[in-house]
Amino acid sequence: MKKKFKDLLHHKYRSRTISFALIIGAYVIIEILMHSIRLSRLFTGMLVPCCCYIILALSLNLVVGFSGELSLGHAGFMAIGAFTAIIVSGLSTKMIPDTTIRLVLSILSGSVLSGIMGLLISVPVLKLSGDYLAIVTLAFGQIIKSLITNIYLGFDSDGIQFSFVTNELNLEQGKMLLSGPMGATDTAKISNFSSGILLIVLTLYIIYSLIDSKYGRAIMAARDDRIAAESIGINILRSKTLAFVVSAILAGAAGALYALNYSTLQPAKFDFNTSILALVYVVFGGLGNINGTILATTVLYILPELLRSLQDYRMLIYAIVLIIVMQLGSSVRLKRYIEQIKNRFTKKGVTQ
Amino acid sequence: MTFLTYLISGLALGSVYAIIALGYTMVYGIAKMLNFAHGDIIMAGGYAAFYAYTRFGLPAGISILLSILTCTVLGVIIERLAYKPLRQASSLSVLITAIGVSYFLQNSAQLLFGSDTKIFPSILTEGSLRFFDGKLIVSYLTLITILTCIVIMIGLTLFINKTKIGKAMRACAEDKEAAQLMGINIDTTISITFAIGSGLAAIAAILLCSTYPSLSPSLGSMPGIKAFTAAVFGGIGSIPGALLGGILLGIIENLTKAYISTQLSDAIVFAVLIIVLLIKPTGLLGKKENVKV
Amino acid sequence: MNTPVLQIKNLGIDFGGLTAVNNLNMEIHEHEIVGLIGPNGAGKTTVFNMLTKVYDPSRGHIYLNGQDIARLDTVAVNKAGIARTFQNIRLFHNLSVMDNVKAGMNNQFTYSIADMLFHTRKRRSNEDMIEEEALKLLKIFHLDESKDTMAGSLPYGAQRKLEIARALASEPKLLLLDEPAAGMNPQETEELMETIRFVRDSFDICILLIEHDMNLVMNICERIYVLNYGMLLAKGNPEEIRNNDKVIKAYLGD
Repeated sequence: MKKKFKDLLHHKYRSRTISFALIIGAYVIIEILMHSIRLSRLFTGMLVPCCCYIILALSLNLVVGFSGELSLGHAGFMAIGAFTAIIVSGLSTKMIPDTTIRLVLSILSGSVLSGIMGLLISVPVLKLSGDYLAIVTLAFGQIIKSLITNIYLGFDSDGIQFSFVTNELNLEQGKMLLSGPMGATDTAKISNFSSGILLIVLTLYIIYSLIDSKYGRAIMAARDDRIAAESIGINILRSKTLAFVVSAILAGAAGALYALNYSTLQPAKFDFNTSILALVYVVFGGLGNINGTILATTVLYILPELLRSLQDYRMLIYAIVLIIVMQLGSSVRLKRYIEQIKNRFTKKGVTQ
Repeated sequence: MTFLTYLISGLALGSVYAIIALGYTMVYGIAKMLNFAHGDIIMAGGYAAFYAYTRFGLPAGISILLSILTCTVLGVIIERLAYKPLRQASSLSVLITAIGVSYFLQNSAQLLFGSDTKIFPSILTEGSLRFFDGKLIVSYLTLITILTCIVIMIGLTLFINKTKIGKAMRACAEDKEAAQLMGINIDTTISITFAIGSGLAAIAAILLCSTYPSLSPSLGSMPGIKAFTAAVFGGIGSIPGALLGGILLGIIENLTKAYISTQLSDAIVFAVLIIVLLIKPTGLLGKKENVKV
Repeated sequence: MNTPVLQIKNLGIDFGGLTAVNNLNMEIHEHEIVGLIGPNGAGKTTVFNMLTKVYDPSRGHIYLNGQDIARLDTVAVNKAGIARTFQNIRLFHNLSVMDNVKAGMNNQFTYSIADMLFHTRKRRSNEDMIEEEALKLLKIFHLDESKDTMAGSLPYGAQRKLEIARALASEPKLLLLDEPAAGMNPQETEELMETIRFVRDSFDICILLIEHDMNLVMNICERIYVLNYGMLLAKGNPEEIRNNDKVIKAYLGD
């Protein structure tokens, strides 16, 4: 037992231990606070979306950080997960009265469909490289959003009705689930903070299982040097496809959780800006840095909300923070300084 | 005849895309970065012309010049302050910075000018030409747009090929270190590239706002993404590619809107882009780069 | 003599209008260490790139143990039994030394994605076994103590050695070394020669190496091919090559 505990702090598993400790610790503290003092509506309202963005950013980091390909369309996968979940949850309301089971089923179907789309999209996307690959992911993101904006879907006693581009549905006492650009208008809110935390833990489990395995090594080897990886028999396409599909599945799950936290949701929510937002979280947290991604997402998601009192200036400040952090991050002098501090600390650790 | 009408208006829209795409492609070719804030320079140009013309009552010509000047200066300042310190940084850091600049411009505009939509005045011209007994109507604006694009293309090609600065730009695009060894000042060359690209954005802004006369802080986003797509479509880094990509994109978009569906036009435009890239992975006129092992 | 491990027949490649390598015939037999030398730009690395299908040859055949591999891709060539190092080192810079070698063993793992996800016993035993194997390999190259270092922060000489270890990890029958001693000091080179011989003997493979360090080439190669302007200039044992007038001329000029 003692040995096991030591293992957790071994440098190989340290990042993993910190991740789980971070998430579970945050959960326990917030739950205690929620039950002891009254937290503001604003704060509790941010919990589930924050979980969703953490999952989205982690999934994007799998593609951008671990697999080394720039995706500018991840909001598309989130959208697929979101609207699949809305449909599944809406259709199964009567059949499955238990909200927990319905939530699990909805998230599961959202992520599976998103994964399938990810697989289909990866075929053309991974034929390209560099900026061309990035622009095709952007294009797919736009296409997905644009298609969902044109879906009209509802059900009544006659069953499910569907129309595309123009609303031709004639529901008799039924319920519209998707109404084109208006999106979903009357979704049952069945997500909650606990399910968000659980989904993050599951996401972390999947990502850590992957990156510590032969599949993960192949993905990272292909990122670091394509030709060298091929020369030792690593199938680049297969590795990159795996990273892309797993990422799509997770992004879909994030979308599903997100969608079921709001009673209304428009497809426009998942536009280019959301993809970019996730990318900002990933770059701030550090490519391939899981704990960094979790922290950066939390801080950057909460920051604009905290700045709410500054009203119109908040997005301006956000923009300036983005620019300044990037400048500092690539400043050589600063890097040297940080390196020095780090060295001082590690030396101390040795002498003690 | 209606087909011809759609084709000509598509050509005009494509000309605007091409002018914007030139900015993307030149900056990419020389600084190897995707300048996501380029679309917001268009917005800045639109507001500059709007205020000069309606609030300060300046004549149209002066307003246009002022708009071009504003964008040029803005472009150079942005490059110096935000991008230059990142010359050695990873392309992702540069991309995020560009996104930051884009947010900054949009939100500054919102604070300065308000988030309400303003009606852009017909600063250029009104009226139209009629052909075939009025079956084909082409507005002067459409003609001016197409002509402007042609003039810019010819001018830019001459500039790049004949002048010393143009040659320096080509040298930088080819190999920055070698260019530096030959005595070319990289910083100046990059600044000039941003200046030209941003000046072109102002021209695009006036043409765009004259065609679709509503002005808002997010005005540049969608045309920016479309023009960026056009640049990739034609082969990013290639000037004729930007022209071809822009024109094709404009025509495809307009014909889709006319004959297939307005709501699906974006999806179709992007689908065409994907198909083109699958057939020609570096765009229509892009160069293939070989990896040395 | 039994069939050679590697047999190259009339191999050639053109880049645009330029013929980089032409009409090349070579053979490498079991247990041999063969050198491929020639002046700069003679096309030596191009030969390696054709053998590993980084470039597609324009003409000719490449037989590995009798099987024509000229139509396979890089991955399949490695699976067929050729591994290589690169002139300008190509390591996985952001992976640890250990993970670089483990990546080389990637095709020896048998566990599936389900095993990966559920951390089955198969995954664990597989990973443990590979870890052990990789450590053995690192010991040969004296890299075992820096197994957790990022490959990119290793000193130059160690990077070259790690590249050889990674190539060996993929269990090749033929190992291609592209200037293994480049950037090494004489003592390191001496050690490297020992290691190359040791590797050949203990893994029972054959080795083809490009090298400019004539001391190394003459010392460890049993046979040498000399390339000039993409054509075979001479072949023979070190003694013959040393005394070959054409070779001397090619190196020293007229």
